[in-house]
Amino acid sequence: MTLSTMLSAMGEGMLRSCAIFFLTILFSMPLGMVIMFLRRSRLKLVSGITKIYIAIMRGTPLMLQLLMWYFGPYYLFGMSIRGYRFPAIIIGFSMNYAAYFAEIYRGGMETIPQGQYEAAEVLGYSKTQTFFKIILPQVIKAILPSVTNEIITLVKDTSLAFTLAYNEMFSLAKQIAASQTSFTPFIIAGVFYFIANYAVAFAMERIEKALDYYK
Amino acid sequence: MILEMNGIKKSFGDLEVLKDISFNVDSGEVVSVIGPSGSGKSTLLRCATFLETVDAGQITYMGRSAVTTTSEGRAHYVPHAELNQIKRYFGLVFQQFNLFPHYSVLKNITDAPIHVQKRPKDEVRAEAMELLRKMNLENRADAYPCQLSGGQQQRVAIARALALKPEILFFDEPTSALDPELTGEVLKVIRQLAEEKMTMVVVTHEMPFARAVSNRVIFMDKGVIVEQGDPEEVFGNPKQERTVQFLRNYQR
Repeated sequence: MTLSTMLSAMGEGMLRSCAIFFLTILFSMPLGMVIMFLRRSRLKLVSGITKIYIAIMRGTPLMLQLLMWYFGPYYLFGMSIRGYRFPAIIIGFSMNYAAYFAEIYRGGMETIPQGQYEAAEVLGYSKTQTFFKIILPQVIKAILPSVTNEIITLVKDTSLAFTLAYNEMFSLAKQIAASQTSFTPFIIAGVFYFIANYAVAFAMERIEKALDYYK
Repeated sequence: MILEMNGIKKSFGDLEVLKDISFNVDSGEVVSVIGPSGSGKSTLLRCATFLETVDAGQITYMGRSAVTTTSEGRAHYVPHAELNQIKRYFGLVFQQFNLFPHYSVLKNITDAPIHVQKRPKDEVRAEAMELLRKMNLENRADAYPCQLSGGQQQRVAIARALALKPEILFFDEPTSALDPELTGEVLKVIRQLAEEKMTMVVVTHEMPFARAVSNRVIFMDKGVIVEQGDPEEVFGNPKQERTVQFLRNYQR
């Protein structure tokens, strides 16, 4: 097998890895915001349940969570899981990463001094205006380094989709490596993850620089 | 009467911070509130600006009732919409400035008039530039708060409060967070506003300033108003033993 056939065989897997990556970002980042608000709720019951949720998401392996999301509906409700593989992966990743993002957002919220809320209140801003105009922009700036870390971890974690026998790039690399008794697919995989993360780090650094105009 | 506060009570847990305080401010008055730390003077200001809720008492701005007391003696705030209307009557300048760090100086001043009061942008901007000129900061309109000295930041904060055209402006220890050499420029601005007959209540530790600028001085201690009156009277000839003690400690 030549290098170019290997690459083209793995190409589709790369697209699948990218799909997992982008969809997880798309769902988990806003969902994390919702979870953060629930976690900060003044209602003890709401914040308590959210706390347990976060503890489970962070305290158990993502691999196990993926198996639960995929096979759970079948064992619990006898639901047919045909065609459910990809949605299960996206749900599993999104629910897991949302928990991490929620905690990052919460940390960011805590860096905002009480005086910012008070100034906004005295100036007559509504609660919504205060959050979106005054608080959120400062939170985003504060959490960028942690978010970068999390996104880089996600790039590498996409390989965990192999647990559900989903042919993302790393699964294909293993298959080709085994059938061709070659180490090259692993090197290709490594280069792929490295380039993807380099791009992530580069983009995030640009955003950080763009927000450097204030302290 | 611009502000009327009657029978204000406020406790934090078991600690009674304000014990039945009554306090009025007339149009054009400049009132200084002095007293040792923990006397309740900042809490009084925070209650007047609704940053703290009072336990009992009445608060009325421009004849419009914001807080009333129920028959059981508990404070009752008017509905949100009415309270928001009443909030427009006052502005507050904080000890820590609390400028928005991600907004330029100009945007700090113009954003609330444009997006809260929904006034036309051009008009608000022109007024903001006028305010900056008054604060002697017209060349810093595009700077960010982190690029300014504390004194400059506080003057921007004053401009930001004035841009909403309040009837009364509260100052919560406006110079306490400043280096001594920067307090002068802020006090000068407040003095200038006093000359323009802006109604103001200033919580301060700057005794010579309080004496020179205000029409009335209030001395607070342990949650009560111990003494109030003409600054020359309170500073020159205090009637209460506690006031004498406090002022003596200050002169040392």
